[in-house]
Amino acid sequence: MPPRILEVRTRILKKNDEIARALRSRFEQHGVYVVNVVSSPGAGKTELLTRVMGALRDRGLTVAAVVGDLATENDAARLARSGCPAKQILTGTMCHLEADMVEHAIADFDLHELDVLFIENVGNLVCPQGFDLGEDLRILLFPSTEGEDKPLKYPTLINTCDLVVLSKMDLAEPVGFDVRSARANCETARPGVPIIETSARTGRGTADVVAFLADRIDAKRDTPAERTA
Amino acid sequence: MHELSIATSLVSLVDDALESAGEAGTVEAVRVKVGALSGVVVEALEFAWGVAVEGTRCEGARLEVERVPAVVRCGECGAETTLDHPPVFACGSCGRPASEVISGRELDLIALELEQTQATADPAPEDHHAAPNP
Repeated sequence: MPPRILEVRTRILKKNDEIARALRSRFEQHGVYVVNVVSSPGAGKTELLTRVMGALRDRGLTVAAVVGDLATENDAARLARSGCPAKQILTGTMCHLEADMVEHAIADFDLHELDVLFIENVGNLVCPQGFDLGEDLRILLFPSTEGEDKPLKYPTLINTCDLVVLSKMDLAEPVGFDVRSARANCETARPGVPIIETSARTGRGTADVVAFLADRIDAKRDTPAERTA
Repeated sequence: MHELSIATSLVSLVDDALESAGEAGTVEAVRVKVGALSGVVVEALEFAWGVAVEGTRCEGARLEVERVPAVVRCGECGAETTLDHPPVFACGSCGRPASEVISGRELDLIALELEQTQATADPAPEDHHAAPNP
């Protein structure tokens, strides 16, 4: 006897997608540009963001951040050194952020006052991929210390990113990091993705990241409600 | 191990689907599609499924996974290429970079297989082609 079939056909992460869509429309409505920052743990997300947030603030933008970690509020404290408000999301055992966590975390922020929101994801090169957080832009950091083949080893996450930052470039030479090969590997996994080399230690590349973001922020302001995905 | 989150979402979607269809029957299988670019490891999802279903209406149900390969379309020549693992986002025909993903990101609940109830099983005794129940 054939089984009885109940057709459903829906995205498994439908609930997350719905919350993310609602967040995106709120951000849109209040003119907030949102950046989701992903990488492995220890790639330099917090250090880069602290510098970038300070620089955007110096340009007259109002910036805030939320940051996800399994434990400790250390990263929110570090981000707050930029002079911008930062809120810690403690995920407990969760290896990625989900849209409802962001929704709760931003409850205290006055979105109307905000120009840019950074969401620093939990350090993880796999799990954050399928969880839309309502962002406009997804940045992925690959530090020189982790080798040039990381883009090939974690192709699915890089394939959803809009900007790759090759971080810790001050250490590239000591660790024998082949930057040409790293760039080629990024191109293999995400053709055409913009790549910026940085060193938060020396400050190299921070201005390029800031300029890149400032362009995107301006472009979004000029064409409101264009992005719906 | 975000597969546990995904398995939990899946269980709750199944509950919603049963409720909105007014189904009281037992779920025998849950059919899903998992794309090669979805970031989900099927084996991890199967393991997480066993944990997530405990004490729910999905307890005892099989998880049937259809794996969907990653396919890209070339912006230059229009050819479609099925990607290997690890994926190289290039056109298999002309070799140029190809970034338009046309399949492989799926992470979908497709259908539920429900236990045959007496009421629906009885009216078809004349069906001689039906295989005997295992």
